[in-house]
Amino acid sequence: MGFAIDFAQTLWSTSLDVAPIVVILVLFQVAVLRRSLPNLRRIVGGFVCVLIGLALFLIGLQDALFPIGETMARQLTTPEATGVAGREAAWTDYWLVYAFAAAIGFATTIAEPSLIAVALKAEEVSGNAINAWGLRLAVAVGAALGVSLGCFRIVTGTPLPWYIIAVYLVVIVQTFRSGRAIVPLAYDSGGVTTSTVTVPVVAALGLGLAASVPGRNPLIDGFGMIAFAAVFPIMTVLGYSMAVEWLGKRRRGRENGAPPVDAARETMQQRRNVEP
Amino acid sequence: MRNLLVLFGGRIVAALRDLAPIVAVIAFFQIVVLQQPFPNLAEVLGGLLCVVAGLALFIQGLESGLFPLGEAIAQAFARKGSASALFAFAFCLGFGTTVAEPALIAVAAEAAEVASEAGAIGDDAEARSSYAFNLRMVVAVSVGVAIVLGVLRILKGWPIHRLIIGGYVLVTVMTVFAPDEIVGVAYDSGGVTTSTITVPLVTALGVGLATAIKGRNPMLDGFGLIAFASLTPIVFVLAYGTLGGWV
Repeated sequence: MGFAIDFAQTLWSTSLDVAPIVVILVLFQVAVLRRSLPNLRRIVGGFVCVLIGLALFLIGLQDALFPIGETMARQLTTPEATGVAGREAAWTDYWLVYAFAAAIGFATTIAEPSLIAVALKAEEVSGNAINAWGLRLAVAVGAALGVSLGCFRIVTGTPLPWYIIAVYLVVIVQTFRSGRAIVPLAYDSGGVTTSTVTVPVVAALGLGLAASVPGRNPLIDGFGMIAFAAVFPIMTVLGYSMAVEWLGKRRRGRENGAPPVDAARETMQQRRNVEP
Repeated sequence: MRNLLVLFGGRIVAALRDLAPIVAVIAFFQIVVLQQPFPNLAEVLGGLLCVVAGLALFIQGLESGLFPLGEAIAQAFARKGSASALFAFAFCLGFGTTVAEPALIAVAAEAAEVASEAGAIGDDAEARSSYAFNLRMVVAVSVGVAIVLGVLRILKGWPIHRLIIGGYVLVTVMTVFAPDEIVGVAYDSGGVTTSTITVPLVTALGVGLATAIKGRNPMLDGFGLIAFASLTPIVFVLAYGTLGGWV
């Protein structure tokens, strides 16, 4: 009975949420482009599926995804788990939290379908210079690093902007040092890592951690995990493409008989000559 | 009908695959590392079933009805149509897809909960839901602006990195003036906007435009809309938090 009421309420609020996009699409199709709606039955059927699906997802979110993140944060920070009994915990005592965060970040990203699609497209466009697996690994390592460092930040209570702005600076420098074709892709890869299932779990992990670690305020310290997960992959993807380029040049240099160090220096020289 | 069932089965498998890595990591930590029982296991498992079924239905519904319609309109606008109608459509597309984004609904609700517990807003359902609603509106408007900006970039052929780096600088400057409570929420809102609904429709618009306009490369110019959509929400939420304090 409780579930039925819950479901009806959620269904009503999701109807209001989905209404704008339907109104917009129908309006542009009929009023601006002056075309009739094709397959009206399919569209209405799809709309009903969207409503029921979104309502179910939101219920599952409250019952499962949020509690999972919060429970893990609580259990990983108990004195038994951190091994601190009766003394003040140092940031190193929370290594289990960092390990868990890295595992979640890596595991959810490596299997992300939209990332797989983007990686294959990048391999094709770059003429196999960029390897799809390499790109996926780069993004997943970035997400793992990001979520893990996000936990470190919450444990130590250091300000979020320092980290994000530092990454921005690194990304800006990398942008001017890497090939043009990879740049839009790298910027986009930050956005695609954070899927609908990952976001609630990671957000709840951060909030739970901020509530469990003594001296932290969830409102100020609890947010920022998703920002980390979205920014770090940009850095690792650009880093990966720079590494691929550098290795390729070194190999070519060696084939020409020049020692690798000189070849690297030469390419730096060439690049400086090309850039105004 | 049978076809539909096969399709839906595929969606269930896809949703399970989304969830599997999370469940595997948590099971490993629970069983091997913590060696503790998970509290309310039955309720959590029931919730996970809801997530899988809900996500499968949701994606199925989008792909059978809304996506083909959205893509057809995006391509129609890319081929012909006045610039002002294209910009209006770009804004509405960004706004409409973001308002219904499940991840954003989730994070806005969580942010309202935390703000209300910390005493930043009133401790009642009314205050919480209006805070969550405002946050979602601000983010949705910002994504609308992002798509307009991205379309303008494709039309003009501006290099993406200048705009993105300009955005980074703007975020950095605004962070200095924004109240501490909003910074975390603002930075997070950049990541949550771009998932299930937004990415496919927005990508269809970008690649369609870049293909239709002469002298544009779909790889170089078609990508990048997502990057805008994950940057402008940070700027807008920071502005909202900073100005909201004065009003």
